[in-house]
Amino acid sequence: MFLAQSSPFLKPELSVSKMMLAVTILMIPGILTATYVFGYGVLVNIFLAIIFALTFEALILYLRKRPIGVYLKDKSALLTAVIIGVALPPLAPWWLTFIGLFFAIVIAKQLYGGLGYNTFNPAMIAYAILLISFPAEMTTYWQTPAMLASQFEGQTLGLLDTINFQLFGQLPAGMTIDALTSATPLDIVRTSVLNGSATIDEIHAEGSAFGLFGGIGTEWVNLAFLAGGLFMMRKGLIRWHIPVSLLATLGFLSLLFGSFELDSNPSPLFHLFSGATMLGAFFIATDPVTAPTTPRGRIIYGAGIGALIYIIRTWGGYPDAIAFAVLLMNMCTPLLDYYTQPRVYGHKADERDEESS
Amino acid sequence: MSLSSTLHRLWSFPGGIKLDGNKSLSNHQAITTAQLAKQLIIPLSQHIGHPAEAIVSVGDKVLKGQVIGYANGPVSAPVHASGSGIVTAIEERLIPHPSGLSALCVIIDTDGYEKWIECTPLIGNSVGTSAGTNEASAQTLSSLSSAQINEQIANAGIVGLGGALYPSAAKLRTAKKMHTDTLIINAAECEPYITCDDVLMRRRPEEVILGILLIKKVVGAKKCLIGIEDNKPEAYQALLTAISGYEIPNTEAQIEVISVPARYPAGGEKQLIQVLTGREVPSQGLPMDIGIICHNVTTAVAIYHAVYRGEPLISRIVTITGGAIRQPQNMEVPLGTPIRDILNQAGLDEDKIEKIIMGGPMMGFSLPSIDTPVTKATNCILVSEKDELATPPPAMPCIRCARCSDSCPMSLLPQQMYWYAKARDLEKVQDYNIFDCIECGCCSYACPSNIPLVQYFRYAKTEIWDDERERNKANIARDRHEFRLERLEKAKAAKAEAARLRKEKLAKKKALDAEKAKNEENSSEIESSSSKNKSSDNTDLIQEAIARAKAKKAQQQSQKKNTDNLSAAQQKKIDEVNKRRQKRAGTEKLQP
Repeated sequence: MFLAQSSPFLKPELSVSKMMLAVTILMIPGILTATYVFGYGVLVNIFLAIIFALTFEALILYLRKRPIGVYLKDKSALLTAVIIGVALPPLAPWWLTFIGLFFAIVIAKQLYGGLGYNTFNPAMIAYAILLISFPAEMTTYWQTPAMLASQFEGQTLGLLDTINFQLFGQLPAGMTIDALTSATPLDIVRTSVLNGSATIDEIHAEGSAFGLFGGIGTEWVNLAFLAGGLFMMRKGLIRWHIPVSLLATLGFLSLLFGSFELDSNPSPLFHLFSGATMLGAFFIATDPVTAPTTPRGRIIYGAGIGALIYIIRTWGGYPDAIAFAVLLMNMCTPLLDYYTQPRVYGHKADERDEESS
Repeated sequence: MSLSSTLHRLWSFPGGIKLDGNKSLSNHQAITTAQLAKQLIIPLSQHIGHPAEAIVSVGDKVLKGQVIGYANGPVSAPVHASGSGIVTAIEERLIPHPSGLSALCVIIDTDGYEKWIECTPLIGNSVGTSAGTNEASAQTLSSLSSAQINEQIANAGIVGLGGALYPSAAKLRTAKKMHTDTLIINAAECEPYITCDDVLMRRRPEEVILGILLIKKVVGAKKCLIGIEDNKPEAYQALLTAISGYEIPNTEAQIEVISVPARYPAGGEKQLIQVLTGREVPSQGLPMDIGIICHNVTTAVAIYHAVYRGEPLISRIVTITGGAIRQPQNMEVPLGTPIRDILNQAGLDEDKIEKIIMGGPMMGFSLPSIDTPVTKATNCILVSEKDELATPPPAMPCIRCARCSDSCPMSLLPQQMYWYAKARDLEKVQDYNIFDCIECGCCSYACPSNIPLVQYFRYAKTEIWDDERERNKANIARDRHEFRLERLEKAKAAKAEAARLRKEKLAKKKALDAEKAKNEENSSEIESSSSKNKSSDNTDLIQEAIARAKAKKAQQQSQKKNTDNLSAAQQKKIDEVNKRRQKRAGTEKLQP
């Protein structure tokens, strides 16, 4: 006569699809700022990434005999695509995005069982594979329109020029590939300090890496992602544990080591507001599938990522380290989940230890 | 009183969710009365424990309030006729239970006279008169003993009306025995839509307070905390006013009305205790283990009715609400009234019905049919229209977002339990403390993948119980088998022993005979075989003694005691008994 069903009957407050969409939308301030700083390439990257992601997702869902419509609508592929699009160099050639999305969607996500079953963050797998396989392409092409303008008497790359270059490798007359090759602030600081070619003060004076408080250009992008992230926290889309412990650890370590050797260590603010720090802290490390589920587990996880970022940035072989830090901590997730279970109501604090001993 | 209530320290429970109450639909109207149903369907089991046993039969005339089923065992409750009329059947009927099963019900065709049995209140005056009578009733209250009041509660068939349905008298008895010092009255009513407790407190606060004083008296509790969610300010105020209207000696009655933040499930027993006292009920334990007893506010009123009016529990207030009800309201309904009747009375819009739920939208269940009766458990009937409540969309994979564990008031890890429940790894599920789950539904509500988590947990729990039952059965069968083997073995051993003894005896006898013959033959060998002779002398002595004892026994058995002038039949019986005795004596001899 009428519908029988088991409790609860209230409409759920949220769906996976809404969650993914909300997170994607809250990346928009960061994306727009990045576009302003790095040019149209950011938008082209994201656009290409979304097309590749949805194509790969549909294709592999078909091969795995899963309902394509249902899973495309969950918008998780969309979010992965946008994150990769932002993370890639702004003038990256199209095939870099293509290969990245193939690894993210096909290998790291669907071959592990699809949404919810992947051990590693798909976007970061893509990034790490690209970084290792194509180090040159991944670390150059970070030229900003402002720098181009100063080189070519005000000439920059328009949207069509950008598309033309990224898809077909053709530059407007008068420009050369070399002109597009530029290192990021993090890269400049790292190589200078490693080579001993310049102290922090000298880099400051040169004005190629430091902005007002963070990395030149990237500080604004970071600020925009921070704003979006804080809004996500307010809306309850993510909890505070991971971003706060990540940023606190990174800030603390840079403060600690920075106070020993001022000459070779940039300030905590530089670490927090350059590279992909804020994007990583709020939008990447908080990926629910690959992060721990317990509050204490999340704090340790965030702190681990923060520490690894500092270690790799300072002593490692790569200028930025979000991808490696996240992937390394992904491995610890099951362990963290197991050992950080909260005390259940009515149980004594040390009950589990007694049980296991 | 109002001062102390604002000063009371509050604690918090983890998780929980903010819900839209939907309470204003039904909480501002006066309590209405249900029309008398033509036929009452009264289930004999409306409580936890043994079902009541029917003591009326078909064709009996019953009065309103008359016992029709008596409490069968210490954890049980009597059932009363909620209207006068004639018992027309005692049969299985569909009852409002999630199982959709039938149970034994007494069917009464009402006669419309509503003739009551004679009620015997323990305390004369009821509320609504002058302050003087209140004082008088308080004095009467102090002259009553705890056991007296509790007996009245037991006879009135009162059970936990908050949903637990545990016989109140049994609970109070245990609480008294365990020296429980804190009484917590659950007036939180945290489920959306339900307002029956709310209106009861608003409209009859004096009855609530007097009922609470009775419970306090029975238990011997030192203090009483009334926990009420802060979305019911009118009820809160009404209780405060009612308390200040009574001249309650401070030492005897410390009743505090405490407003707690509205967050589901603040009305869960364990959560309310945590919020009010900061203490936790031990896992698998009872509130009494930490000196607390919890009762629902509606139960308190039922107790008031039993003691001050002598009326058994034959009606309750039911919230009738939802989008498909034209006049949402709270109705006082005689138990056994078909749900269809009260829905029609409240203006059921048949075209709009989508779901019919008994209880709230978080923990209630879909009714199998509206031709089931209102029982002691029926606090709310929610009839939703389209799009008012969820139609379950297909579940998506778990994305481990942990919104479930963030919302769990028991700090469990639902996503882990779900994982293992799905894999039917029952041991692991128990490792994750599935039996601490109170099935409040927060996790299912919070899950963005629409996974019916609570359903998985219910499944796992029943599977575990099932397994346990099977295991117990197997254990009993194994024990029985082992016992049987042992018994057979013993019998075999006994037989062998008996045979051995017989053989030995025979051999001895033979040897003895042979020796005797030898002795007679050759007296010169006497000295050499003196030791043997000695032992045979001993056997003779023993045998003589046995013979003497036997003779004595026989004499005793043949002696007649008060058996002169017996009839032939009696004599025959006695002879039979004697024969049996002799026979037994014979078998006893066989088994040394």
